[in-house]
Amino acid sequence: MLKLQRDGSSHNGDAAAAPRVKIEARSVDFFYGATQALHGVSLAAGVCQVTALIGPSGCGKSTFLRLINRMNDLIPGIRLQGQILLDGDDIYDPGVDVVDLRRRVGMVFQRSNPFPKSIYENVAYGPRVHGVRDKATLDGIVESTLRRAALWDEVKDRLGSSALSLSGGQQQRLCIARALAVEPEVLLMDEPASALDPLATAKIEELIHELKESYTIIIVTHNMQQAARVSDMTAYFYLGRLVEFGATATIFTNPSRQETEDYITGRFG
Amino acid sequence: MALHTDRRYEEQLAHLRQLILEMGGLVERQIGDATASLASSDRQLAERTIERDHQVNRYDVDIDEECLRLLALHQPAAKDLRLITTSLKITTDLERVGDMAVNICERAIDLSETPAPLQVDLPRMADTVRKMLRESLDAFVREDADLALSVCKEDDTIDAMHAQMFADLIGRMTRDPSVVVVGTAHLFVSKYLERIADHATNIAEMVIFMVKGKSIRHLSVPASI
Repeated sequence: MLKLQRDGSSHNGDAAAAPRVKIEARSVDFFYGATQALHGVSLAAGVCQVTALIGPSGCGKSTFLRLINRMNDLIPGIRLQGQILLDGDDIYDPGVDVVDLRRRVGMVFQRSNPFPKSIYENVAYGPRVHGVRDKATLDGIVESTLRRAALWDEVKDRLGSSALSLSGGQQQRLCIARALAVEPEVLLMDEPASALDPLATAKIEELIHELKESYTIIIVTHNMQQAARVSDMTAYFYLGRLVEFGATATIFTNPSRQETEDYITGRFG
Repeated sequence: MALHTDRRYEEQLAHLRQLILEMGGLVERQIGDATASLASSDRQLAERTIERDHQVNRYDVDIDEECLRLLALHQPAAKDLRLITTSLKITTDLERVGDMAVNICERAIDLSETPAPLQVDLPRMADTVRKMLRESLDAFVREDADLALSVCKEDDTIDAMHAQMFADLIGRMTRDPSVVVVGTAHLFVSKYLERIADHATNIAEMVIFMVKGKSIRHLSVPASI
């Protein structure tokens, strides 16, 4: 299996003035059978940046997000045209190891989905699958990862307890920790806070803010204010097309396209 | 532009625009009455105008509250956000214009006992200033950046009138020290009018920001927008 070229600088917090491109979509068309879900989408997500994908339901933003770590692969009848590049390499190249790709491009879903195992095992699972066996090394990974996910202080005394005993917000942070445990370079988040209360949401947003120093983050959200708060760049999708892509501060104060303006000001439909 | 999906929000934004207009109309009348009281030495008119300033202040507080409520409840974005932040700044300028009208009235009261007032061309300057204020508010309502820009350009005219007035009054006071008290009062009024023109210009600049999303404040006035 061909391994994608790895670039070690991506999670060293190298926040350059003009961020280096980590993920790049080039003229992506995507079809579910005869239905075209994406039309010629081109955008680039930079290192150490949060890119928010916004748009009404069915606009293609989640489809696009899932294409970035090939989560749509198992859906029958799908077809992709164009390219999605990770550090310049096409992730749909036939030789790409999808397991390796998904280690480098982690994903957090709308509903927290911890394994029905202990808190410790949830975090240790990924590294184990990737060959880490040494107990002391695993302990170290579990602690550092839970710290990075801002969960360590809340769970350090009960690492053996079931992950399902945690609150919804804690479960979601555990899922983020689980994704971080295999040292990804990109983190995809599909409405990670939509099922959480405002306090738990604030913790996730704070976490995103801290994580972006080390990772490339792409987040789908229906919450406009959340997109405005957490992201550096915002992409507005409508009917499978990328309508506007630009700096979040500009998109939310002075967008160039009327369609974007109508959507973010609530003049839609 | 399409209407908001949330009609109540649409109505609240329309109400905000209405409040700004009402405040603007009141302030314009305050300037008119203040300069009329000065021109006709009408002490009672000056006192009634000063008394009415609390209404201007009431609008200032009400509009601030309305803006804060809209910001807190609707988290506005883009053009709506620019409308609300512009309103917050416009109301501050209008409140200051109201204070200037009070200052003019105070000078009018001082001068109302003067047997032989100086003949100065303040009414022409006052008319131009009121026109600037009216047009800046028209530009706000009609979202007309071009009209707002023409108000910004007019500010130079007022500055020139004030400079002319200043030189003229200093000359007359130098030649005849008996007119120093009256002349100084008129100098103050000329300065108040010049400041009102500055506030009208501020409003016009904010209107340009609201419409175009582009700030021209603290820059030289562009030829077109």
